[in-house]
Amino acid sequence: MRTDPLIPMVAQVTHIRTDTPDVKTFRVVGPDGKKPFAHIPGQCAMLSMPGVGEALFSITSSPTNEEYLEFSIKKCGCVTSWIHAIEPGQQVTLRGPYGNGFPVDTDFAGKDLVFIAGGIGLAPLRSVINYVRHYRDRYGAVDIVYGARSKADLVDYEEILQEWCQEDGIRVHLTIDNAQPDWDGHVGFVPNYVKELGFDTGKTVVMCGPPVMIKFTLAGLEELGFRRDQVYTTFELKMKCALGKCGRCNIGDKYVCKDGPVFRLDQMTELPDEY
Amino acid sequence: MQERVIEKAAQLLESGACARVLGWKTGEFFYDVTPAVFTSAQQVRQEMVFSPFCGANLSKYLIAESRKEGKVGVFLKPCDSFSFVQLQKEHRILRENVYAVGVQCQGMSDIEALKALGLRGITAVQAEEDRLTVSTLYGEKTVALEEALSLRCRSCKSRALHDCDELIGDQGRDLDTDRFGEVARLEAMSPEERFAFWRSQLSKCIRCNACRNVCPACSCEKCVFDDPNSGVQNKAAADPFEEDLFHIIRAFHVAGRCTDCGECTRVCPQHIPLHLLNRKLIKDMNALYGPYQAGSDFDSKPPMLTFTQEDPEASIITEGRGIQ
Amino acid sequence: MKKWELSRLQELFEAIAAQEPLYIPTDVSGQPTFALWQPGMALTRELNTVRSAKDLFFPQVEELVKFKVEGKKIQVLDPQVQIRDQVVFGVRACDARSFDILDSVFLAEPADTYYRDRRAHTTVMTLACTHPEESCFCTSLGIDPQAPGGDVSCWIEGEALYLNANTPKGQALLSRLPLDEGEKPEADRSVFDRLPLKDLDLTRFGEKKLLDWFHSPKWGELSQSCLGCGTCTFVCPTCQCYDIRDFDTGHGVQRFRCWDSCMYSDFTMMAHGTNRPTQLERFRQRFMHKLVYYPADHGGQVGCVGCGRCLRKCPISMNIVKVARALGEEEV
Repeated sequence: MRTDPLIPMVAQVTHIRTDTPDVKTFRVVGPDGKKPFAHIPGQCAMLSMPGVGEALFSITSSPTNEEYLEFSIKKCGCVTSWIHAIEPGQQVTLRGPYGNGFPVDTDFAGKDLVFIAGGIGLAPLRSVINYVRHYRDRYGAVDIVYGARSKADLVDYEEILQEWCQEDGIRVHLTIDNAQPDWDGHVGFVPNYVKELGFDTGKTVVMCGPPVMIKFTLAGLEELGFRRDQVYTTFELKMKCALGKCGRCNIGDKYVCKDGPVFRLDQMTELPDEY
Repeated sequence: MQERVIEKAAQLLESGACARVLGWKTGEFFYDVTPAVFTSAQQVRQEMVFSPFCGANLSKYLIAESRKEGKVGVFLKPCDSFSFVQLQKEHRILRENVYAVGVQCQGMSDIEALKALGLRGITAVQAEEDRLTVSTLYGEKTVALEEALSLRCRSCKSRALHDCDELIGDQGRDLDTDRFGEVARLEAMSPEERFAFWRSQLSKCIRCNACRNVCPACSCEKCVFDDPNSGVQNKAAADPFEEDLFHIIRAFHVAGRCTDCGECTRVCPQHIPLHLLNRKLIKDMNALYGPYQAGSDFDSKPPMLTFTQEDPEASIITEGRGIQ
Repeated sequence: MKKWELSRLQELFEAIAAQEPLYIPTDVSGQPTFALWQPGMALTRELNTVRSAKDLFFPQVEELVKFKVEGKKIQVLDPQVQIRDQVVFGVRACDARSFDILDSVFLAEPADTYYRDRRAHTTVMTLACTHPEESCFCTSLGIDPQAPGGDVSCWIEGEALYLNANTPKGQALLSRLPLDEGEKPEADRSVFDRLPLKDLDLTRFGEKKLLDWFHSPKWGELSQSCLGCGTCTFVCPTCQCYDIRDFDTGHGVQRFRCWDSCMYSDFTMMAHGTNRPTQLERFRQRFMHKLVYYPADHGGQVGCVGCGRCLRKCPISMNIVKVARALGEEEV
């Protein structure tokens, strides 16, 4: 059998959890029933169904999980529609891990962390958050600001309530775009909420969400006095190879698949804003 | 001619009659002329060119340009004016936003035609009347324009200018060239020979889509071959047979709308005589449904969009060998 | 240096082909292209092929892997890619340089094994240029068209072909051929000094900030008549972007890759849209990559080899020379 980075392994979906009307979380193991490979929080993997296509997804489980990988996937295109229709036991192909991941053991070490996410943007951060929870003593205070269109659109809501909210030293700030009857939490957009919360400017920010959220949140953070080199985010662009060769995710002199997907925002200042 | 075209363009902009003018822009050499939008008379005088190397048909650009603010002036050669009319028939151009200047044509040349004469390293061409003086890295040579005509201009159907607001040169008239001669030669081949001919030609295709993208009849917003939802999306074929199909499907899709402008063959980097596919269909439609020339008028009904009880039902199935 | 009588070139081809498949630039249906040599097949008289020599290592379409899908089960099948030793004759200096650029992408870790294996199994015999076209500008990129690289460099002077091995692979090939010894006469280089583009400077784009070039007001005008076709990309020896697609044969799924073009509207299209919505952005990406991004990442090496193919083949005659000139008009 030929070995090439583009030739995937077979993996199996063992559990499927419905998070929101358009987001499901898939638990994936390798052919031997074990976790397919180790990864760093923020790294991605190529999932595919032969005949349907291949696409890059963020690994949402924490590296500290020794049993499986998880992917939280929003239904929006061809591959994601297919994967939303499968049942447990379905095999898929898998290759990875790809990308740089978050600097959890270096830049983040000893820091107070503020996670800011919008919608499905929580998926890539969940890996980091659970990693930080696992090695709680290596980090300072943790704030999580998470917003979605409605309560039903909050990804990982159960995990947030049952685990994150219960933990000392972690403050979870949830918000939804519009008021609804069964919601007594904050209502409003993430960028405004972040400004209202007014974080200490010594903290490190990890952010992921739709481009418009990133843009306005960043402006708000800068108003609060944060510098761009304190803010990390992760990008999503069209990718085919994930090896820095097919050319698709090239922005400036960077390839998002190998030089990213995690960037510190001051590194992006030198790059064309084609993301 | 060049002076009159440039003066007209400058005048259209200076007088405010047009907000911008579509023409051809000078390049590094004489032959690498680029279609361009000019917005000032100064720019026109500096960069605009009209020479036997301005082969590019500007009419397709009007789809986008006529939808922008203000009036757009455009220079159309006779064959371009057929596309102009046809695109209007297909409601693709907003005519009221266009000021069309027809430019009479003596036939266009191109670098490939000069290369076919054995010229290499061509650095400059001086066009005078019916002659071209060609300077090359290896010496100078004078050739008759007729010898250096583009392939498509050798079988030009018409020098009549259609639907122009103003003319530079005369109105022109239809020509009596042997337009279907090459098609007839292909028809005279045995099916095996013909298959071999098209196989050898179409297998050169690199699927760059230049033919489709330049074609004034290919004005779909999203081509089925680019649409992931079409089921036939395809970027490159594993089997050359798929390229054959691409070109044949495209020829059928533009049948009855193709004005025979020859841009497909002009732009093909592999010199595939794609216009012959279109011409074969034009010839067949003429034979089956009566003479029809796409883009020659606004009133005639395209043969593939009309039905009469007298229409012949000829097909490969009923006739066995297609239309002879 | 080795020597062979030009009038007996077919015999040399025969001797090489007896050992390994041989590719030469020849005319196929009127177009110069690299093709598998068969008895009687002559070298093209054109300076260079329409498609570049990259085809030999990075074909337009190639199968990567196969799958068998049954119910919920998937089986990954060996594509059984056969990569044999082969020789290519007649690669020009520009295309030979393009291999360095392709290598920097495909051989970077993790290496692309399909490309790597083809490179390793191919002996490249280059051929020096004597009659450049006006569109040639390799000399402005520091390439010497009369000293082409590759495993074996070849020159045609007078009635003889001269050959010189540059690598052990080249030496091995030449040692297996019945060649004479000879010294090639000094060639006349004067025509290269008359090339109209010899003073073109494509190497200055590192002088300004990347974003300054990106935000140049020239891009709108330069890209306004671009048809968005892939001609420049596909004839370019250094363009290497690709797409990966699946084809369901009914008996299994073939996963293949094919050339792709950043000029195409679907290149960066995702379910929720594209980051390069108009032809301006796509056009800019192609030229920025060649002139600014690639050099920034590769020690100043420009992603162009001056072969001039895009000058000849662009349907609207827009090309890297015009782009560089237009951008260059702005002050650094």
